[in-house]
Amino acid sequence: MRAILETTPFLLTGELLWARVPFSPTNIFAPASTPAETIHGLSLLVLIITGAIFLTVFSLLVFAVVKFREKNSSNTDEPAQVYGSVQIELAWTVIPVLIVVVLFLATVRVIAKVQNATPPPGALKVTVIGHQFWWEYRYDKSNVVTANELHIPLSDPANPTPTFLTLLSADTDHSFWVPRLAGKTDLIPNHPNSTWIDPHEPGLYLGQCSQYCGVQHAKMLLRVYVQPRAEFDRWLAQQSLPAVASDNVAEGRRVFESTVCVNCHTIRGTMADGKFGPDLTHLMSRDTIAAGSVRNTPQNLRLWVQNPQTFKPGCLMPAMGLSGAQLDAITAYLESLR
Amino acid sequence: MFGLIAAEASIFTIFVVAYLFYLGKSPSGPQPAAVLHVPVFLTVCLLSSSLTIHMAVRQLRQARIRAFVWWWLLTTTLGAIFLAGTAREWRHLIYDEGLTLQTNLFGTTYYSLVGLHAFHVVVGLVFLTVVLVFALRGQVRQEHSERTEVLSMYWHFVDSVWVVVFTVVYIIGR
Amino acid sequence: MSSVSVTYDNPPTAGRPIVEILHEWVTTVDHKRIGILYILYALVFLIFGGAEATIMRLQLIRPHNDLVSPEVFDRMFTMHGTTMIFFFAMPILFGFVNYLVPLMIGARDMAFPRLNAFSFWISAFGGLLLYFSFFGGNGLYGAGNAPDVGWFAYAPLTSQTFSLGHSTDFWTISVLLSGVGSVGTAINIITTVLTMRCRGMTLGKMPLLAWLSLTMGGLVILCVSPLTAAQLMLLIDRYLGGHFFDTQAGGSAVIWMHFFWIFGHPEVYVLAIPAFAFASEIIPVFSRKAIFGYPVMVAATLAIGFISMSVWAHHMFTVGMTAAGNTFFVISTMAIAVPTGIKIFNWLATMWGGKIQFRTPMLFCTGFLFQFLIAGLTGVMLAAAPFDWQLSNSYFVVAHFHYVIVGGILFTIFGAFYYWFPKMSGRMYNEWLGKLHFWVFVIGFHLTFDFMHIPGILGMPRRIYTYEPGRGWDVWNLIVTIGVFFQAVGMLIFLGNLLWSWWHGADAGSDPWDAWTLEWSTASPPPAYNFAVLPEVRSRRPLWDLKHPEDPDWHYE
Repeated sequence: MRAILETTPFLLTGELLWARVPFSPTNIFAPASTPAETIHGLSLLVLIITGAIFLTVFSLLVFAVVKFREKNSSNTDEPAQVYGSVQIELAWTVIPVLIVVVLFLATVRVIAKVQNATPPPGALKVTVIGHQFWWEYRYDKSNVVTANELHIPLSDPANPTPTFLTLLSADTDHSFWVPRLAGKTDLIPNHPNSTWIDPHEPGLYLGQCSQYCGVQHAKMLLRVYVQPRAEFDRWLAQQSLPAVASDNVAEGRRVFESTVCVNCHTIRGTMADGKFGPDLTHLMSRDTIAAGSVRNTPQNLRLWVQNPQTFKPGCLMPAMGLSGAQLDAITAYLESLR
Repeated sequence: MFGLIAAEASIFTIFVVAYLFYLGKSPSGPQPAAVLHVPVFLTVCLLSSSLTIHMAVRQLRQARIRAFVWWWLLTTTLGAIFLAGTAREWRHLIYDEGLTLQTNLFGTTYYSLVGLHAFHVVVGLVFLTVVLVFALRGQVRQEHSERTEVLSMYWHFVDSVWVVVFTVVYIIGR
Repeated sequence: MSSVSVTYDNPPTAGRPIVEILHEWVTTVDHKRIGILYILYALVFLIFGGAEATIMRLQLIRPHNDLVSPEVFDRMFTMHGTTMIFFFAMPILFGFVNYLVPLMIGARDMAFPRLNAFSFWISAFGGLLLYFSFFGGNGLYGAGNAPDVGWFAYAPLTSQTFSLGHSTDFWTISVLLSGVGSVGTAINIITTVLTMRCRGMTLGKMPLLAWLSLTMGGLVILCVSPLTAAQLMLLIDRYLGGHFFDTQAGGSAVIWMHFFWIFGHPEVYVLAIPAFAFASEIIPVFSRKAIFGYPVMVAATLAIGFISMSVWAHHMFTVGMTAAGNTFFVISTMAIAVPTGIKIFNWLATMWGGKIQFRTPMLFCTGFLFQFLIAGLTGVMLAAAPFDWQLSNSYFVVAHFHYVIVGGILFTIFGAFYYWFPKMSGRMYNEWLGKLHFWVFVIGFHLTFDFMHIPGILGMPRRIYTYEPGRGWDVWNLIVTIGVFFQAVGMLIFLGNLLWSWWHGADAGSDPWDAWTLEWSTASPPPAYNFAVLPEVRSRRPLWDLKHPEDPDWHYE
């Protein structure tokens, strides 16, 4: 029963229950950030109005179908022929126009509120660059470059510290959609866009690319970690350090630097500075690899490097044809990049 | 024919929109003001051909076949001069200025728009020539005036498109 | 009006060599035969499109399924959308309109019969070309397969960089050719309606189907051409080194979106308007009342056609237009809801006070009314741009437009099939099977498309070949897929009924429904020349006037 209530968007009671318990980590009716909450408010108004229209017209239709069905087929008299009525037609033109005006005004207010927001002094700015099939994050006023898992600070409504994202693309169209945090905005090459998040609850928020971008569009997942301020600052400081250099993985590092890995990947503090693929400097600080679609475990990491196509067929990282020993060495090295 | 003209007008509108949208956005390569010269003579030729085809159809309606043939020949000639002139301009742009379809946004949109128009002129000229051949063989008569009028509508359309293209490319765009 | 059907037999087909019959059909310029060719052609592509949808739904029945590879899935959704819009919906609607318009306005044929045939064959060729890509795509150079760029083929995914081989070109050229055919048909329809109405039939007296066909024709001419232009630009980019959509050279991906949707939105009205036309003919006959508010129905249709050319960027609310731009498209989109809603009220008022007979055509049109109401309301939700920022590109949108196209348009197409099948074939279909088709199909439709809204609300984007468990999407996807089987069974019942009835159905006579428009005054099927004597009319329902000489329409309107 609860499931039915929670999943019937037209029932208001279900709506309220839903807001308490997300039922899904990507439920648009469980907002946790200002833009998503603003949209949610508008959506409730829209649902109420369209729901009322639906109930009215639906009831009239049901009534007509039941009351006016032919009861006696042997009686072949035709019913009274009514060709129209100016008053009725005027009424059902004017009322919809009024409804449209109300909806329109409410909508315009929300468009302005969300699109014309300007960053307050404490706002964090991050540049998001969409790639086939991963996300690159560059934190402004910092040397931090990371991939796929976005960390942002919690925002206090009394003293907001929202995060403003500049959205760019390195290849084709993508779209950034984390439903509980904001509406989606597209990443289009040669067409910079901007969006903002103002989260009020710490936690992990999920989403994924929402504009078809090629064969692995489905596995270009989003993970946004909202952290209390202190925790976020610690994370950012740690991310800005160069890569850990540990002697017992020197062999792995040598293999990494002598194969073509360095053409695509950057590991700060080493000679690897490729830009085509994700930055690996602090790879082990991430819960997932392959843009959120694979858990970051040693076995998975090894399998990924051996042949990425087994996890994400069609992704742009090739299988390098490494030997077992090379794979072990590289995995050990990558595992050291905390 | 009006239906066809409406559809074609729609296609041209999109190419004009693309041209206007990309004005000034070419990051490199030749720019309009630098390389375009206003084709006054060609425009006069093409627009006059609208006048001459109108005269031709009028003559045919009044069964003055010889006059019709002269006016029709003049129309075809003026159209051909326009095409030849366009070809000359393009030769200059390609070889002397280095502007091709691939050079930059201006090149792409310019050659596409003017080329689309020129293509329509070519098609029109083909039909005009066919009628001219029939006319020279004495096979066009007064009862065909309605058909030639339909063809003249197409020709007027091509000319009016040129007015728009001319204004957008050579006046606004420079 | 002159007396009813005088029939002259068509030459008997028995004993004629099959080659002769085929030749007759291939070279026909008769609007009725071309109409049937369009309809049969469309039915074949409906089956292909349905197969593609079934494959997708089977792949999505559970998370991390591996029934098909991502490459194949991407081809499936591209081909499904392209097939259903360009090679099922457009042809079948053109087919019905081609068949009916001359009959309903009392003409012998369309204005340009040979253009009619040419338009059909070029569109048909387009469809064959598209499907050839499955085989020939991996052709001489092993390059490409069926197109996989989505039916709206956004740039720069369609550039040579991201779309190697020729698969995208199969999409571009086949759709371009079908567009040429569409424009030809539209020119034909407009000319026919404007110049070939029978005596006494002013514009204000012609059937609503004729008015709506006229509007549809106008929309096709104005909106298919932008797509043709954009596709020419794409070909120039791909093969002549142009930069129209080349973002590396300063080109714009967004301008493709604008051009495509300037076509794409009016296109859905091109599909919806004939659907409205069928409903406007069927509902009055089975309610036994004249259509309520004919002049307003015409005005609303013209308003819809006009406004539909100004709403296109509601498909682009997430693209990053300015607040002012977004606002404009919100108001235009909400505005178009008003005349559309008015039409629903008019149909309702037609039924009100009537004596409704729920034969199969009326069942489907009643389903249409309920479903189109819902579809329109979810459309209003999407029109509120901020709400659309959440719902766009999700399964909510997929559910919305399938509600319109399947729940609205396809239902009226089914209604039209059952209603005019007796006229086209001379036979009655099996009523019991017709009703069974309706009930089985409607269950499947609702299982699939009602529940499809929910994953959208829960964050599931479209065009993904698989999805993560734990997002709350699993059970809904399962239910959606189950609905497909009901719809497939319904389709089989429908096709079986049509096939069997074509050869073995009871004799229909010229007017099995006791209807009122001119096509029912001639034989079933009509002779090649349609009417022995061209009719003359005095009102909108000439046969009502004949059957009710004491109370004809022209006393009242």
